[in-house]
Amino acid sequence: MSKLITSRRGLLKGAAAGGLLAASPLVSRYAQAQSSAPIRIGFQQHSTGIGAAYGRWYGRTTEAAAKAINDAGGINGRPLEIVAEDDGTDPKRGAEVVEKFANQHECDVAFGTLFSHVVFGSAPAAGELKIPYFVVSEGHHVASGALNRYTLQPGITDVKSQVQAMAPYVSQNLGKKVTMIFPDFAFGHDHRDFFTQAIEAQGGEVLEHIAIPPTETSFTKYFPKIPRDTEVLYHVMVGPAVLTFVKELGEFFGPSAPAIFGFIDSLEAVDMSSPGLEFLDGTYFWEGMPRYAQADQTEYDKAFRAAVGVDENGASVSDAKDVSTYAHMFGCWETLYIIKRGMEASGYAGPQDRAKLIEAVEAMSAMDEGFEHPQGPKIFNGKTHQTFGKQYISRVENGRMVRVHSTSIEDTFYPDEVDYTAQSF
Amino acid sequence: MEFGPHLMLAILEGAVGAAVLSLTALGLSLVFGVMRVVNVAHGEFFMLGAVLAWFVATALGGHPAVGFVAALVVAPLIAGVIAAAADWLILKRVEYDPEATIVATIGILYIMQQSALMLYGPEARPVEPPFNSRIALPWVEWGENGLALFYPWGFGTTTYKLFVIVAAAALLVAFWLFLTRSRFGLIMRATQLDRETALAFGIPVERVYALVFGLGAALAAFAAVLIVPISQAHYLMGGDPLLLSFIVVIIGGLGSIRGTILAALLIGLSDGIISVFFSPTLAKILATLLVALVLVFRPQGLFGKKPA
Repeated sequence: MSKLITSRRGLLKGAAAGGLLAASPLVSRYAQAQSSAPIRIGFQQHSTGIGAAYGRWYGRTTEAAAKAINDAGGINGRPLEIVAEDDGTDPKRGAEVVEKFANQHECDVAFGTLFSHVVFGSAPAAGELKIPYFVVSEGHHVASGALNRYTLQPGITDVKSQVQAMAPYVSQNLGKKVTMIFPDFAFGHDHRDFFTQAIEAQGGEVLEHIAIPPTETSFTKYFPKIPRDTEVLYHVMVGPAVLTFVKELGEFFGPSAPAIFGFIDSLEAVDMSSPGLEFLDGTYFWEGMPRYAQADQTEYDKAFRAAVGVDENGASVSDAKDVSTYAHMFGCWETLYIIKRGMEASGYAGPQDRAKLIEAVEAMSAMDEGFEHPQGPKIFNGKTHQTFGKQYISRVENGRMVRVHSTSIEDTFYPDEVDYTAQSF
Repeated sequence: MEFGPHLMLAILEGAVGAAVLSLTALGLSLVFGVMRVVNVAHGEFFMLGAVLAWFVATALGGHPAVGFVAALVVAPLIAGVIAAAADWLILKRVEYDPEATIVATIGILYIMQQSALMLYGPEARPVEPPFNSRIALPWVEWGENGLALFYPWGFGTTTYKLFVIVAAAALLVAFWLFLTRSRFGLIMRATQLDRETALAFGIPVERVYALVFGLGAALAAFAAVLIVPISQAHYLMGGDPLLLSFIVVIIGGLGSIRGTILAALLIGLSDGIISVFFSPTLAKILATLLVALVLVFRPQGLFGKKPA
């Protein structure tokens, strides 16, 4: 009898379990609905504020990449949806935007930030909310170990490797006594610290560091600090006043300028034919990706320009005065494709798989040049969450930038400073 | 750079800043003096002038001087009309109540800033100067053969920067003559002195208010047209001029034209000199400190009149 009762209890237990099982079709139906629902990419966009010109072109590139991915069948059979939110190029708002992506928009990942102070402000929020945060920023903060396991930079190289690869060319071709002018925030400090190290390793020296607040609008007053025996002036500037900066530089030197080496950031989104820029002829620029289509243009560069709507001078096809941020925006395109490959490799189905997605991206290494990587081949370091790639140096000739040097990927390597894979999720 | 040329360069840079600042601050001071309205949106009228200059210069094309001269006339005019309309539509409705006008002008600030963002876009765009050539400046030095002229490295200015200084000075003189010699100047001064009495004498105070508000905005817009070939038009450019204008107007004494101009010279030049020799941050710190000192020891400003 007791045996029977026991078995009846067992039966009840079985029934309860069966009830759960019966309920489970609901779960699987939901999973079904989710599997065809769009993958939502939260795009932290600098639509306004000092990064607005970059934000506009990062937006166009992101939309073009999303369209290309969707036209080819999406990710794991699901379409991609870009949810853009303006962060005002402001760190505090950046953190709020990441929070909105995680809690309100139900985004799968956050993506697309450029300005390093916004990355610094937003990354802790991404870490707390456990949402993968793919930045396209160039700052060294990802690889320095200052951020967290949820923050990755797989689509664009960082300043440390860029300047390290530039230093040999500068010291061998332009001069050894350098004066640096840079914006006074995290990104500029990366330039200051790492280029100074790199040029000293080449037997050169930096005579003077001139830091300029990123909101400054008038620059002549800073230039008298440039020492007279400067052989190379190294400039990198950001913000809406970059054109004024370069113009006043030309007016200051007049006919007796030293060699000038700049990061194209000083002229991103600026038309090279703007009045007052004639003196730049013969000067050199670092370019992440050459703005002007070069003689040996790859088919990938051609396809990338066509997809985003950029002509061979790096301007919008619909408005020749609307110049792109060509040396940076490829990072959005390449990062979206990396997210796609990561999601496919990890069988990503929803936010519960975020850790798996990060592990899948961390497992990546070599990335070949191709339609997904139009800027060139890359090697991703899963431990430091940072990618490495070729850098280009261009010389201004008749108002166009002509590539005169390409570095190897190896030129940009430096020892690991962190192992994010050792951190828990 | 040697000390002498360095200082001279600092003064020249400071003078350009001071010239533009004195026009902008004068507009703010005028509006406060006559209307007792603290116009927080003043910097946005400055921005509006720059943005309009870009639109005018782009629409006209041709030689840069054509667009620039047209912008000098059209931009202040449109900015003035918009300001007068804002006065009539908004400030008059809140009856020029001091607290309400501050809130209202903050609202105007955001409306103008965001409208510029929507219609003009987020990028900084240049307007070509009508003329701009670099002048290398000489310096004297006591050498082996007595006094000798030489051209120090990097010591120079541009013809356009000199023009900005001259144009601003000319406008200031013209404005002073207008205020002291013309009939409308007299009406404005009467309204400033005593609104009620002016009203009793048949002065249409409300119309004077609208005109003064428009005139203040037009002064800021004119200053912006002058500076835009140097520093480009951008929708966020109104912040700095607003802050500096407030500093100038507080130091000079709200409503005092003479005080405003002297304070603008003081702040503009010291800003140029301190930021060349030390740092721009220190220049701002000292200017703000001066404001604090003035507020503590002479709240009416250097040239303001004590309230009766």
